[in-house]
Amino acid sequence: MIPATFDYIRAGSVEEAVAALTEHGDEAKLLAGGHSLLPLMKLRLASPEVLIDLGRVDALRGVCELDDGRLSIGAMTAHQDVIDNDLVRQHCGVLADVTRQVGDAQVRHRGTIGGALAHGDAASDLPAALLALDGTVVVQGPSGQREIAAADLFVDYLATSISDDEVITEVRVPKFDGSWGWNYQKFSRVAQAWAIVGSLGLVKRSNGNVEEARVGLTHMGTVPLRATAVEQALAGAAIDGIADAAEHAAEGTSAPTDLNATSEFREHLARVLTKRALTAAAG
Amino acid sequence: MTSVQMNVDGETHSDEVEPRLLLVHYLREFLGKTGTNVGCDTSNCGACTVHLDGRSVKSCTVLAVQADGGDIDTIEGLAEFSSNGDEEAGWHPLQRAFHTEHGLQCGYCTPGMIMAAKDLLSENPDPTEDEVRHGLEGNLCRCTGYVNIVKAVRTAAAEMRGDKVDTEVGA
Repeated sequence: MIPATFDYIRAGSVEEAVAALTEHGDEAKLLAGGHSLLPLMKLRLASPEVLIDLGRVDALRGVCELDDGRLSIGAMTAHQDVIDNDLVRQHCGVLADVTRQVGDAQVRHRGTIGGALAHGDAASDLPAALLALDGTVVVQGPSGQREIAAADLFVDYLATSISDDEVITEVRVPKFDGSWGWNYQKFSRVAQAWAIVGSLGLVKRSNGNVEEARVGLTHMGTVPLRATAVEQALAGAAIDGIADAAEHAAEGTSAPTDLNATSEFREHLARVLTKRALTAAAG
Repeated sequence: MTSVQMNVDGETHSDEVEPRLLLVHYLREFLGKTGTNVGCDTSNCGACTVHLDGRSVKSCTVLAVQADGGDIDTIEGLAEFSSNGDEEAGWHPLQRAFHTEHGLQCGYCTPGMIMAAKDLLSENPDPTEDEVRHGLEGNLCRCTGYVNIVKAVRTAAAEMRGDKVDTEVGA
């Protein structure tokens, strides 16, 4: 399968990429690692007339600590480099652990954190993770930079609140200290497939109780979701309340029906996987 | 057309290519390196796995223009040239182990399996059976059922480490 023809622009900087986006408008697509976009182009489900390659923008790679205590991850940082990064492992191990479950080794070598979030696929792992972590993305456009909270980023099926002329430059995540535990349960039919349903549970423990719980759900709607009813039921509750709280995991979701699962089966999976994830996270 | 230059299996190549040309088609059709196979062509099966700057990638999901300036290693560059005419003497330990452990039937997935396994072993020289299975989850084989593939990777790992281990798997 061969993509339709396109003009290729190799951006040397974020500014060059923004200028090219401004010039070509919605005929252009940004190319990061290409592991969501190129398969769509080969299937001719996407046929951008202009492809703007960010592969040479080295300033978009790497991880650093921000003055406010959060971590900043360059948007073009490959999944494997997120997993291997010392700052991520030390301060946001949950992100490394979820990223380890993205695709397969070859995909993790090419795919990028910014590309996965910009694609905004509710069935992929990182959008739900960013939502559960209360992370943000920084985007740069013709009029400068702005920061978008994960809760405001994903607006519809494969649609984000990033404008056509904006580039994700950074992904920002808070640090999670030793009082937090986490676990990501990903249910799929074959090893490397997208999640039929995924549930990321984070638990902050305090004196044997749950001080705070967070749940991010993958593939339970057109956008990634937080299981807020579960989070509210667990706030300040005893750890043995997890099983009861997890029964609320499908509330407020709109799980799709497809070849892999009915909506009802996905709701069942959300409850079971959330119970497992939170139990492991609290353990 | 866009100019690309890359080092493939130790030789530098320069060409004018269409931006939409996939790396695997550049390797096969421009350079004649048909050792790298196209399997599913949808980023699933891993038959087209090569190394780009030392890391395993699926060359059906990389544009040739993205690999410009890069170092590519394919299955064709794996064996060392053997001056005495004994071709097998130059085989890489992974090639030898896939042979001795019967890690293939039709052989279509083998170039990708070996290139993915080589990257895995460079990160983890002594993987458990489970680690091999997870490490190769991006490579599909529709003949053998993986038992002998896992065995071959662990046999090669032992040889590359210079020791002998029990590589029986899946008891």
